[in-house]
Amino acid sequence: MQTLPSANAENPHARRPGLAGWLLLAPMVVWLLLFVVAPMAILLVYSFCTRDDLGRVVFSFTWSNYARVFEPIYLQVLGRSVLYAGITTAICLALGFPVGWFIARQRAVVRNRLLLLVMIPFWTSFLIRTYAWISILKSEGLLNATLLAARVIPEPLEMLYTPAAVMVGLVYAYLPFMILPVYGSAEKLDNALVDAAHDLGAGPVRAFSEVIIPLTWPGITAGILLVFVPAIGMFAITDLMGGAKVAMIGNVIQSQFTKARNWPFGAALGIVFTLLFVLTYLGLQWRARRARS
Amino acid sequence: MKLSPIAKRPLLPTGLRLLNWSLGAWTALVFLFLYLPIAVLVFYSFNTSKLNVVWEGFTFKWYAALAENTPLLGALKNSLIIATIATILSVLIGTVGAWLLHRYRYRFARSIQTLVCIPMIMPEIVMGISLLILFTVSQLELGFTTVILAHVTFCFPFVLVAVQARLHGLDPALEEAALDLGATPLKAFLLVIMPCLLPAVISGGLMAFTLSLDEYIITVFTNGLESRTLPQEVFGLARKGLNPMLNALSAVFIVTTVAFVIFSEYLRRLAAR
Repeated sequence: MQTLPSANAENPHARRPGLAGWLLLAPMVVWLLLFVVAPMAILLVYSFCTRDDLGRVVFSFTWSNYARVFEPIYLQVLGRSVLYAGITTAICLALGFPVGWFIARQRAVVRNRLLLLVMIPFWTSFLIRTYAWISILKSEGLLNATLLAARVIPEPLEMLYTPAAVMVGLVYAYLPFMILPVYGSAEKLDNALVDAAHDLGAGPVRAFSEVIIPLTWPGITAGILLVFVPAIGMFAITDLMGGAKVAMIGNVIQSQFTKARNWPFGAALGIVFTLLFVLTYLGLQWRARRARS
Repeated sequence: MKLSPIAKRPLLPTGLRLLNWSLGAWTALVFLFLYLPIAVLVFYSFNTSKLNVVWEGFTFKWYAALAENTPLLGALKNSLIIATIATILSVLIGTVGAWLLHRYRYRFARSIQTLVCIPMIMPEIVMGISLLILFTVSQLELGFTTVILAHVTFCFPFVLVAVQARLHGLDPALEEAALDLGATPLKAFLLVIMPCLLPAVISGGLMAFTLSLDEYIITVFTNGLESRTLPQEVFGLARKGLNPMLNALSAVFIVTTVAFVIFSEYLRRLAAR
């Protein structure tokens, strides 16, 4: 895992701040405390509350919301979310790693052009890109019409609102988030190291598993973090492409804050999700440290 | 074929060439996967037929319908207002923050840096619900104010990091020279440092603007009814099903994105000089 950039390691002229230095920095720190730290703290408090019959939050201390998270129905949703996000991540890695690697090995001009081609989908609204797949997969959509016209199928197939459709949508949305970090670390990798591995008699497989993978690991982990975590909580794509059939943890959390009006339970789900995120992060970091030594 | 000792190495050059060739083919296929759906979307935005399956004829009527759709235009206006204010605030906080963290050796500098990075990697839905609860507890009515507060929170770290990257490449003696020549710290920042940072500030600002304009998940939780944004409107339309007007809107989005990406690439090159 990439370590966070240290603030001013490269500035030998940095000095101790006076009162003015602290006062100028204060707005930013206060902003972060107010809108990042405080909300998380309140979320934690809410997750131990209960609600009355009107859906209002009643302050109390109960573990019941967390107990409910571990009911079979929600565990199933949680498991499904992790599974789908895991498969999405694996497909993105399989599709994206060779691309990131290939782009990094090109001459500067070609490299910048190809990178531009990755940036365009990266910055295009994911809703628009999801709609593109809806127009292809819908029963009166392009793919069905083509297959019908070619007489491959006698009647339209239900392709949208299936788990496979959700997966296509997720992979399509998150693929650029895998390619870019892999490219980032592949670009830093010295070509001579790969050549050296070959010179020392390593075949492509060994060179790949013992030189390329460890050296691009920071990019791979960043990619996993950028795909896996958002994919778990992504309720918009699962909603649009899975209909009501494929509920994921994100959909359940969202419905607690809208239709179901059970904020404490939604908060507990949010906390569990956050813990899942932190565990993934720490796990990747631990794995990176082991790979380095 | 001559067999030199080098050529005896286990199939190295041919193996690599084959590998390189297949990597190239793979990359081409992945790009096809990334671009084909977008291309289809744009192509059918010019189709006369309401169902985007059969090509019936060329038309601009969906674009005309787009320009007359009041809910969409209203949402676009809201989105632009929110993104503009969020960008201005993000650029201010991010640029000043990056400069201060660079110039001073703060206590807790590492913790502050970590705190800055949290909104960038935190799951959006968790940020959305936690802010919703905060706004409800503090009895702020959901609307422009709350969305802008939320958007600034996840946008300014991107500006800060972009500016920080630029600062790392800057000659640390630059400010000292300005101060030695009699400039006040504020003057040195505005007249000497700022011009050097400008490309990074602008590209960070562009990033913040796009992030704010595209944000859906955090917006859903922190927005009220009267300030509905474009992504919320798009989600509603996409959920209803096929709609050629949405194709036209997508085409507009995509063209804007392409222009934006090319412009920020140009800025990046300017900054790299």
